Amino acid sequence: MSRLIEINDLEVGFKTYGGEVQAVRGVSFYIEQGECIAVVGESGCGKSVTAKALLKLIPEPPGKIKSGSILFEGNDIIAYSKKQMQQIRGAEVSMIFQDPMTSLNPTMLIERQIGEVIAKHQKASRKQVYDRVIEIMKLVGIPNPEKRIKQYPHEFSGGMRQRVMIAIAMACNPKLLIADEPTTALDVTIQAQILELMKGLQEKFSTSIMLITHDLGVVASMAQRVLVFYAGKIVESSDVNEVFNNPKHPYTVGLLKSMPTLGIANKEMLATIDGTPPDLFKSPVGCSFMPRCEKAMRICKMAEPPMLDINETHQAACWLNHEKAPRYN
Amino acid sequence: MHIPSYLMKSGGFMSRYIFKRLIISLLTVWILVTAVFLLIRVLPGDPFTSEKMTPEIKANMMKYYGFDRPLYEQYGKYIMNLLKGDLGNSLKYHNMRVNDIIAQTFPYSADLGIRALLFALIAGLCLGINAALKMGKFWDYFCITLAIIGVSVPDFILGSLLQYVFALQLKWFPVARWLGFKYTILPVFGLSLYTVALITRLIRVSMLDVINQDYITTAEAKGLSTFQIIWRHQIRNAILPIVTVMGPITAAVLTGTFVIEMIFAVPGMGKFYVQGIHDLDYSLILGMTVFYGVFLVAANFIVDIIYGFVDPRIRITGK
Repeated sequence: MSRLIEINDLEVGFKTYGGEVQAVRGVSFYIEQGECIAVVGESGCGKSVTAKALLKLIPEPPGKIKSGSILFEGNDIIAYSKKQMQQIRGAEVSMIFQDPMTSLNPTMLIERQIGEVIAKHQKASRKQVYDRVIEIMKLVGIPNPEKRIKQYPHEFSGGMRQRVMIAIAMACNPKLLIADEPTTALDVTIQAQILELMKGLQEKFSTSIMLITHDLGVVASMAQRVLVFYAGKIVESSDVNEVFNNPKHPYTVGLLKSMPTLGIANKEMLATIDGTPPDLFKSPVGCSFMPRCEKAMRICKMAEPPMLDINETHQAACWLNHEKAPRYN
Repeated sequence: MHIPSYLMKSGGFMSRYIFKRLIISLLTVWILVTAVFLLIRVLPGDPFTSEKMTPEIKANMMKYYGFDRPLYEQYGKYIMNLLKGDLGNSLKYHNMRVNDIIAQTFPYSADLGIRALLFALIAGLCLGINAALKMGKFWDYFCITLAIIGVSVPDFILGSLLQYVFALQLKWFPVARWLGFKYTILPVFGLSLYTVALITRLIRVSMLDVINQDYITTAEAKGLSTFQIIWRHQIRNAILPIVTVMGPITAAVLTGTFVIEMIFAVPGMGKFYVQGIHDLDYSLILGMTVFYGVFLVAANFIVDIIYGFVDPRIRITGK
């Protein structure tokens, strides 16, 4: 498999009145053709900012991509002009957002909202655009598309709106689909349907998916690889099986422990990770997870851990994985 | 499952909405007529007081116009005539029906008002959108300053100022009267500046609100150009609040015409209205108020309906 997109040492900052926030602090990863990677981490850890940076959708100012490279099919899109980015957005890389209730234009017909992305990127007559919209609506499972096409977003339920968002995103057969918490705003039964739909589309068109989520259950059912974000950095990167069975970063371990399991005893408390993530106005010295870490060592306070190889497909940024570290089981 | 076809019709909401608005509008007009009818009677004096008037003649006049009858009877008669569309005779301009005075003068007022309204809309939208797109830069501050000046300078000062600068000093435009396009520029500008300022501020805030909405990010992620995003997604949604205030704005422009018409000697209704109040010309005041009232209520009614069309969410809920 070849690498569709490769991100090297990406840094994104936001200027605020209180100073500059380092939202993403040197992130490197890649996505292969046809694979689904999941990005997990708590709120404010830089997941969404990274995703938006891939499409250069960071509002500037206050935001800024400070350094790094984003190689899409070998070309660095950081250097791309506004025009060149517009060619990529919606056609090669598209994005769906968390809240389908606010992500659609309330005063525009569904036909136009799906159709305009097709009209923008493909040479097509009105009739062809219409046919394509109907086709894509059928594909994402919107019943009665001939009637629904003439309706407005408020006439759609939350789940149906997210299907419309997926239809917009998939309209031009993109190579990469970035899904920023696509099911967070939906109720559980609809969540399953939407995930099923995305999985089906991915298999059908071999689209790569970057799936941002809080939900480890979603990760297990969708992704082949997982990136764990913490405080603007990737702290663990691995195969999906390895993450669940052999997590190598205390933060990942904590996340897994805090998942509710069936059959949990009645009065038993759900496990949590104490403390809050560091504020990112200034880069923390040492490991950013150290203050919350149960297994912190002296070195954690002094030096930031590099990504250490566990095996070929599994890396974690924790000193515990260093060859001189004590062994826990 | 069989579903009866009448359940599947989507119509009905809109017509119910229009019907409800219509009833409210009629009620408003009725309250207006009654209030003004009673209020002008409270004003001290009567229409026929003057030095030459003897008590006998005055009594005759009162009797002729029916002012000697009890108030409820006068009111009943007025309403009956009103329903027939008859506003009665002017008390001062003898042998002239209020209907005729309105028919003669209203076209000038309407001409001025519509020009001012159009100018205000176009100029306000352009300035406001421009300010929002250039937020924090020179253009933004320029438009905001202009808007503050526009809101705070009263029209009688503005009118005289325009006459002095552009007519007397620069001699670009005629000082007054209404004889051709050149004559319309100053009165239209004077009448609309307040509204221009109002619309500028409204649309600016509204544009800045819309730019932060999620659907703008969606539009960006579709790869649309900046122009397409602004034109298709931002402006349409930003204009919604403007449509809501179009009713009151129409009212402001139309009532503003009185002063501007006086200053620029436009032969519209303003002169008669103001003079009517001086003379306590009951039927003229009442007739013109009713006419304006109906006009404004109709404007509001139309705005409500237009709003339903511009914002598809209103159409269905029908509230």
